[in-house]
Amino acid sequence: MKKKKKRLSLMRKRMFAGYLFILPWLVGFLVFYIRSIFQTVQFSFSEMSMDAINGGYTLTPIGWENFRYAFLEHGSFKQTLTSSVMNMLVDVPLITFFSLFMAMILNKKFPGRAIVRAIFFLPVILASGAVVDAIAMGEMMMQGGVSGQMQEMEASASSAIAFDIDYLISMFMNLGLPAKLLDYITSAVGRINDIISMSGVQIVLFIAALQSIPSSLYEVAKIEGATGYETFWKITFPMVMPHIITNVVYTIVDSFEQSEILKLADTTTFDMWNYGLGSVFSLVSTIVTCIILVVVVGFIQKRTFYYN
Amino acid sequence: MSMKKGRIKKAFQDPYQRMLLGNDIKKFALTILQIAIIVGVCYVILSPVIGMVVNSISGDKDAYNPMVFIFPQYPTLERYKLVMLRMDYWPTITKNVLYVLTLTLIQVLVCSMVGYGFARFEFPFKKLLFGLVVVMIVIPTYTIKLPLYVTFRNFDPLSIITAIKGGPINLMGTPWPMYIMSLLGCGVRSGLYIYIFNQFFRGLPKEIEEAAFVDGAGMWYTYFNIMLKNASPAVITVTVFSLVWQFNDSFFSNLFLVSPDIVISKKISTLASVIANEDKILNVTLQELYLHAGIILVLLPIILIYLLLQRYFIEGVERSGIVG
Repeated sequence: MKKKKKRLSLMRKRMFAGYLFILPWLVGFLVFYIRSIFQTVQFSFSEMSMDAINGGYTLTPIGWENFRYAFLEHGSFKQTLTSSVMNMLVDVPLITFFSLFMAMILNKKFPGRAIVRAIFFLPVILASGAVVDAIAMGEMMMQGGVSGQMQEMEASASSAIAFDIDYLISMFMNLGLPAKLLDYITSAVGRINDIISMSGVQIVLFIAALQSIPSSLYEVAKIEGATGYETFWKITFPMVMPHIITNVVYTIVDSFEQSEILKLADTTTFDMWNYGLGSVFSLVSTIVTCIILVVVVGFIQKRTFYYN
Repeated sequence: MSMKKGRIKKAFQDPYQRMLLGNDIKKFALTILQIAIIVGVCYVILSPVIGMVVNSISGDKDAYNPMVFIFPQYPTLERYKLVMLRMDYWPTITKNVLYVLTLTLIQVLVCSMVGYGFARFEFPFKKLLFGLVVVMIVIPTYTIKLPLYVTFRNFDPLSIITAIKGGPINLMGTPWPMYIMSLLGCGVRSGLYIYIFNQFFRGLPKEIEEAAFVDGAGMWYTYFNIMLKNASPAVITVTVFSLVWQFNDSFFSNLFLVSPDIVISKKISTLASVIANEDKILNVTLQELYLHAGIILVLLPIILIYLLLQRYFIEGVERSGIVG
């Protein structure tokens, strides 16, 4: 009896400790996010009119009107949403496997590894915020010698890739591979540039994951005489599985952040000042992304091995 | 040479030697393939960077010379000198790095704590709350623009500030909003870091904690001295991401009007116009060259920090090997 009571109190203690651990985030979420979610929902159900003279705004509730307009009358919302979701679904497996593959190569010991890893991390550094703005602004203004050089480089790069694709397609067509699969692969090859620059984060995450695998497991496998193939499927793959989930989550979110649908929502809200419609766009696309996340993560999680 | 020849000859006679030779060839082919892949991918990544470096050192005459490719005819460091002067480089970069390092430290501590809480403790509504972390990752940042602005423009948590100073204070233009956001686990991509830590802690064996508990370690001691050290690959990863994203963040620094004296990337966006005004360089092509020099100067510290942290990546292996 006494023992039972003690165990209960330990569980309670751990429960409170759990809340204590997540407390900072919980406060932050309640203060910053709940309000904005509430506000977005409120905007999407009302029409906003700006008061140009005194500042501020007034909201008139109009029910589902914004949703009706978005789904039934708006010119490009549905198409953009579908294409964004399709892009997301196409990108996720490509990027995940590419980055796992690269991480495994980079995890080996070879001379100059530090530099190569730094190079692979460059896209992450280059692809954010002010630098991208500056580069985009620069490209807009470019003309003359330097611009000619850049365009030439781009043109030669893209023509080289185009040549490869034609060659590959004809080669594999002759082998009799299904056209759909071929399309997928060739489009992946054609977008290799995008894929590389989108997998910087994933590669780093996978390297960290690969390094968290106890080396004793590999030693045992080696002693037992496992081949490289077996080692990969029996040790490496199950051990990085939890991190595949992290990567898939990141890839989906990243693809969502760069998607056309979010750009549409952004321009509708901040360029056309249609807060109601913009809120509907971002609300719907966020919900769709969350659903995709839940389904995909749930699917992988079922097949995931956790150490415990 | 003769020895090698002898070995090959021997290899064809002896089946065991033949197998060894086959392995050697296979290994060699794999190495070549790997080198080819690494070099190819590196080229794709580096080509725009090389273009930028070339632009930043080419002279005025090179800018209009279509014959110039990769190697400028009149290389100059003039661009770097001027850009360093106009961006007030050294003081700004020092302040910026300090600012980013502080935020990173806060982020790593807070996010690992929250991630650990979610990974190892059972409490009511855990699943729902973790779902909210995912919502936080997904939610487009611009939807929280307005509430954030209002909160920090008239900053008055629980009316404490009103009680002391007699009214809400304006935190715009100071780095404080960013510190507060990071402390409350809502900084730049905090949700993602929480997620990464959560996955990492879940992947660690529970026996470590049980052993610590049996030895009489408290929960906080276990977390700080045992779990955080075991999760060092995750700590390094999050540190790197946090540094880079914080350094490059333009959304929050624009929203909170953080001074360009602490956030150097803000100076990049105004660099072209500053140079046009101060130095009367009105030619856009030349401005472009200065801009590229500026971008390289801004990115350099981050790349250096990454190279430094690289070593700890490797250290992480040995440690996790012992623990497992």
